[in-house]
Amino acid sequence: MSLKTFHIVFITVCVLLLLFLSGWAFSNSRQGGGTLDAVWGSLALATAVALAVYGQRFLKRLKHISFL
Amino acid sequence: MEIPYTVKPRPDTGLYNAKIGIWLFLASEVMLFGALFSAYILLRVGAPDGFWPDVPTAWPHGLLNVPLGTFNTAVLITSSMTVMMAWTALKENNFAKFRKFMTVTLLCAVLFLCIKGYEYNDKFTHYVIRLKDGSALTGHLEINGSSPRFWTEDTLAAKKLESVEVLQDIPTVLRYPSGFKHEEVAHEPGEHHIKREIKTADIQSLRPFVPATGTFFAVYFTMTFLHALHIIGGVLVMGYMTFVGGGMWKTEPERYTNRIESVGLFWHFVDLVWIFLFPVMYLL
Repeated sequence: MSLKTFHIVFITVCVLLLLFLSGWAFSNSRQGGGTLDAVWGSLALATAVALAVYGQRFLKRLKHISFL
Repeated sequence: MEIPYTVKPRPDTGLYNAKIGIWLFLASEVMLFGALFSAYILLRVGAPDGFWPDVPTAWPHGLLNVPLGTFNTAVLITSSMTVMMAWTALKENNFAKFRKFMTVTLLCAVLFLCIKGYEYNDKFTHYVIRLKDGSALTGHLEINGSSPRFWTEDTLAAKKLESVEVLQDIPTVLRYPSGFKHEEVAHEPGEHHIKREIKTADIQSLRPFVPATGTFFAVYFTMTFLHALHIIGGVLVMGYMTFVGGGMWKTEPERYTNRIESVGLFWHFVDLVWIFLFPVMYLL
């Protein structure tokens, strides 16, 4: 597995983590955590989307490098 | 005699020597961290129900600084992106760009360690105090305007203090998987600590947040310190490869690029470990 492949795996796991963090923060917000937790959740969600976009662009840019 | 496959991949495996070597090493690392994560799961599942510190052997929640942990996670994700960009720069024959990205990676790693050090220091000045009436509380000691580290009830006796000032944590700010613990301690909205004075004679035990204080702390410090050691190792290798060993780029650019790929694989692994450590330790 090349660094390119591992990077894609890493970015995928990061996106999943951010989605989890977002869910965690929104859940806290509903249980009395307040606005700050809602903002926290929104930020995590936005970062997850940004990372997914980065991952896609990265794949396009490094088309010529092997996955192995 | 020249060693084969240091640059070109071996036809049967499709991999050059260093890549096979680093993956074998990472496989052993997976076993090491896998064993620790398994131990964590078993210890946590086996912990009795109830709220810590009221129940001394219960699993504590909400003791770690989530904003700082999140920031550190962002720092490591950034460092993985920059190490990737550094390798890409070498593939594009741009050594100057490679060095810039590696420098950013190194700065991110050092920043991570500084924040982790700050978090550790906060734990060393944080105490669980059990009183003789059976109650327990957590907070920071305040002695002559500073927060002492690693004190115990023996330290209080040795210093012959009659009472200590404590910045008590308000348990309502501690989060649990089932929501917030509601505590009757009166406080202003937004307040996180209450200053109170406790007589030394009323204190049964005083323990800082160190590995010996409980299973959670033992697991937390073992796993995060082992991870920090890997970060230090990564900094040393990346620093050497970027600045001292950079001359290899002029003589054997392909081999140098392969070495950077191996370093990048190690760095991604270390960051991936943190991506699992963060939710497990800070959020759940």
